Amino acid sequence: MPAFPEAARAAIGDPTLRANLRHATHTIRDKRARAVAELDDWAELRQAGKEIKDRTLRHLDTYLLQLEEAVTAAGGTVHWATDAAEANRIVTELVRATGETEVVKVKSMATQEIGLNEHLEAEGIAAYETDLAELIVQLGEDRPSHILVPAIHRNRAEIRDIFREKMGSWGRPAPEGLSDTPAELAEAARLHLREKFLRAKVGISGANFMVAETGTLVVVESEGNGRMCLTLPETLISVVGVEKVVPGWRDLEVFLQTLPRSSTAERMNPYTSMWTGTRDDDGPSAFHLVLLDNGRTGALADEVGRQALRCIRCSACLNVCPVYERAGGHAYGSVYPGPIGAILTPQLRGTASEVDASLPYASSLCGACYEVCPVAIDIPEVLVHLRERVASEGGKGHRLERAAVKAASWVLDRPAALAAGQHLASATRALHPKRLPGPGARQWSEHRNLPELPAEPFRDWWKKNRT
Amino acid sequence: MRVALFVTCVNDAVFPATGVATVRLLERLGVEVDFPAAQTCCGQPQFNTGYRAETAPLVRRTVRAFEGYEYVVTPSGSCAAMVRHHYASFGAAAAGLAPRVHELTEFLVDVLGVTDVGAYFPHRVTYHPSCHGLRLLGLGDRPRRLLEAVKGLELVELPGAEECCGFGGTFAVKNPDVSAAMGADKIANALSTGAEVLCGADNSCLLHVGGMLSRQGAPLSAVHLADILASTEEEPWQ
Repeated sequence: MPAFPEAARAAIGDPTLRANLRHATHTIRDKRARAVAELDDWAELRQAGKEIKDRTLRHLDTYLLQLEEAVTAAGGTVHWATDAAEANRIVTELVRATGETEVVKVKSMATQEIGLNEHLEAEGIAAYETDLAELIVQLGEDRPSHILVPAIHRNRAEIRDIFREKMGSWGRPAPEGLSDTPAELAEAARLHLREKFLRAKVGISGANFMVAETGTLVVVESEGNGRMCLTLPETLISVVGVEKVVPGWRDLEVFLQTLPRSSTAERMNPYTSMWTGTRDDDGPSAFHLVLLDNGRTGALADEVGRQALRCIRCSACLNVCPVYERAGGHAYGSVYPGPIGAILTPQLRGTASEVDASLPYASSLCGACYEVCPVAIDIPEVLVHLRERVASEGGKGHRLERAAVKAASWVLDRPAALAAGQHLASATRALHPKRLPGPGARQWSEHRNLPELPAEPFRDWWKKNRT
Repeated sequence: MRVALFVTCVNDAVFPATGVATVRLLERLGVEVDFPAAQTCCGQPQFNTGYRAETAPLVRRTVRAFEGYEYVVTPSGSCAAMVRHHYASFGAAAAGLAPRVHELTEFLVDVLGVTDVGAYFPHRVTYHPSCHGLRLLGLGDRPRRLLEAVKGLELVELPGAEECCGFGGTFAVKNPDVSAAMGADKIANALSTGAEVLCGADNSCLLHVGGMLSRQGAPLSAVHLADILASTEEEPWQ
């Protein structure tokens, strides 16, 4: 995966992609703003969400143990996974034990994070995504580019083509003469998926929340496919990041208001499914919860960075981010794109790779993401904090950059040296070319003219005119 | 009233006219202006790029330069935001400077209590609220109120005004293509207003947008708010 600036360049050069992204993000950001403005107590809800998450994170061990106890008491089984490999192994073994070779899935960021589908495929198990957008991505052999709208980068005509070409090789083919109207596309997906829901014996899900006091898991979704996956199969396996736990039911009151308004601009999401262990004659007869760490306790140890773990995956920050709008989700090289991805991914994966080291810089620090975040994650603060980490590790380019910054600070800490530099620049200004070589200046003058330097700096004017 | 001018390093070296305009404006309003010559840079570019250790001496220098001034006025929302939001993390002395630093429009509206500063600027103007002024300082409608009171000025709405112009300090260098794409949209929006002047209260953003306008040869000038407010019938802008 190339570093963010290179990956973004490709996206910027694709006019269809840019138009798709622009249309989608502007539509949803405007709707979100209206939905949020309807609530007089939005600021209080935001503060409450932040505090609930912070308190839970401070006592994460306590709540997770309470959750395990409650899940077990309700007939479920809890598995702890340190990393992606362990989580994938656990899930594969659980599916194998059922004797099945296919599973239906409701959209889950956690399973994408660990690459579960690819792992299952390698083990001879087919995993079918059932969320409409995930289906589009899966059929198109593509990658999701948005947390909530994984196929945001595709328009209707592209989706029709994918359905026509690929549905048949995965199951029920697309109807003859499929058009690109939303109703026909949705119907094609519905028919295709219905077969899978009714056949599958194993379902795999994530969860938006886990309630520690009762061991209840919660999924909020809009299409009803989640409810199918959670209720029809005999075995349900939920893979959930450890940070998704909340202490009690009262806490959901806050998030069930802030999440839908922030994500889809709805007052309430269409389907809220909750499940607690197993029960005779109702839902799956076996329930497994895989609690995923995969770098989360590392992030938790960072006092500034840990606020990223408050994230409820609403994607409001993506929809409002001017950088995401131009670069698209794929440029982030991670399951979590956009501003939240830029702070979450380098914490979960570390900053050793080129793409991970470039993510904290994939922002102009404009602050729009912080403004819309329903749990008040100060994303710009964490970005700067992570930049410190990347810069201090001295990776590619950063040793040279530090030397330049050090030199500049040395000059800036000496007004006489600074004035001498300014005088030199002013005296030679007639010789300055419009386009410059060298790191920084070259990138700058690729798109912009440099300003003509003044005949004298302000401090000289002051000396002549006011002292 | 006596204030210290925090001109900022970009204005000092590249846009001295903005510093001069700020001095003339404040003096016209009866304010006595000092320029502590020991000031250089607030450290924001270093800080925002991840070089905290290299920022510290500049923070100390800035704090020392403005010791003893109750009011420090700066024609830069982003440098004011650096001091207000991040200086506290550099110790108690730095924290002490934060509440004394006022962005120009805050100083005019909140401290001096004026919106009509007696300016004259007979041009069609659109206003870009820079992100740090907008979100970190919460300048709100202060710049608009000041512009609306300027004689001869026609203020036109900028579509997508609250979207970032794509400067972002070193962002413009580290992510040049995204930065340019953002700048291009900002310019297209500004040109759609038919304005002659794109006004802002942060010369760093104007350096970026103005540089792109100049490259395109667009019929629009990027002008700092202070230059507009300092302009009078007797001493007009340019």
